[in-house]
Amino acid sequence: MDNLIPMILGMAAVTYIPRLIPFLMLTGKEIPGRVDAFLKCIPVAAIGALIIPGVFNATPELPLAGIAGITFTLIIGLWRGGIILPVLGAVLITYLVILF
Amino acid sequence: MSRDMQLAIKSAIPIFIGYIPAAVAFGILSRGSGISFLECFCFSAIVFAGASQFIALNLVLTGMGPGGIILTTLLVNFRHFLMSASLSTRITKIARRYHFLLAFGITDEVFSVLSFKRGELSKGFILFLELSAYSAWVSGTVAGYILGSFLPEALISSMGIALYALLLAILLPEMKKSTRSLVLAISAGLLNTALIKLDLLPDGWTIIVCILIIATVGSFFLTGEESKDMEVAHG
Repeated sequence: MDNLIPMILGMAAVTYIPRLIPFLMLTGKEIPGRVDAFLKCIPVAAIGALIIPGVFNATPELPLAGIAGITFTLIIGLWRGGIILPVLGAVLITYLVILF
Repeated sequence: MSRDMQLAIKSAIPIFIGYIPAAVAFGILSRGSGISFLECFCFSAIVFAGASQFIALNLVLTGMGPGGIILTTLLVNFRHFLMSASLSTRITKIARRYHFLLAFGITDEVFSVLSFKRGELSKGFILFLELSAYSAWVSGTVAGYILGSFLPEALISSMGIALYALLLAILLPEMKKSTRSLVLAISAGLLNTALIKLDLLPDGWTIIVCILIIATVGSFFLTGEESKDMEVAHG
């Protein structure tokens, strides 16, 4: 296989630059209200799309296992909140379902 | 210890926990694909973008050339442009020279935690979070490459759920608080599912289109009053 390092450097550049440009161009600028509202809606929209539908195939050989795990996250997250227990519990439940 | 630092540690632990298994999986796959340790390390250490690394590995195996892989990476990771834009309104007090460093660590999960952190975003907080994520990602990759074959397969595949659980756990309090957030998040997920099924867009762009459409729709429903509420939440 060819040396991949030059390709990896290219990947690093096209990943880093889009992460950087908004910081340099937008920070400290006067943002119109409508645009500001748009920017504030990005987190919820992004996380929604990152979770669905990927989560239904998080454990490709047995999708049900991942679904069981994320259901635990949903229940504990709604009931008690927090992050560590919902995450570790999800992994444990998924593991148990795969095992049995 | 300052309150900010305590909060930083509390936020960093779940990211650390979520990243290790995904990184270990990347290390194992890298070794299985026959790429060198240095190449595997460089993927995680200088690209630092999970999904795109897995995709690149796949494409290398299918024989795609470097140009195509770099272009795919650009498309897959371009969503971070929108995430950085969303964060940019909250880092106005941080000196410009730090922006170059902070921008490197804007991943999906770091962005998600930062977005829903109340109050001010200090550079210490952001940096600590990013450094935790980065060290988990790089050390997990190395461990996976070296030790991967010793881990039970069931454990590795069950860890695939960790990052989704992390994102959901971050999002839940926000959805409980605001029906609008609940509706927007679920709409984004449904739209993303539909776009993937239609299969018209390249990898990664379905998420970008979802963010653009759903956040635009959302911005129309964000009335003056709620906008002020969110202002408080977002510092």
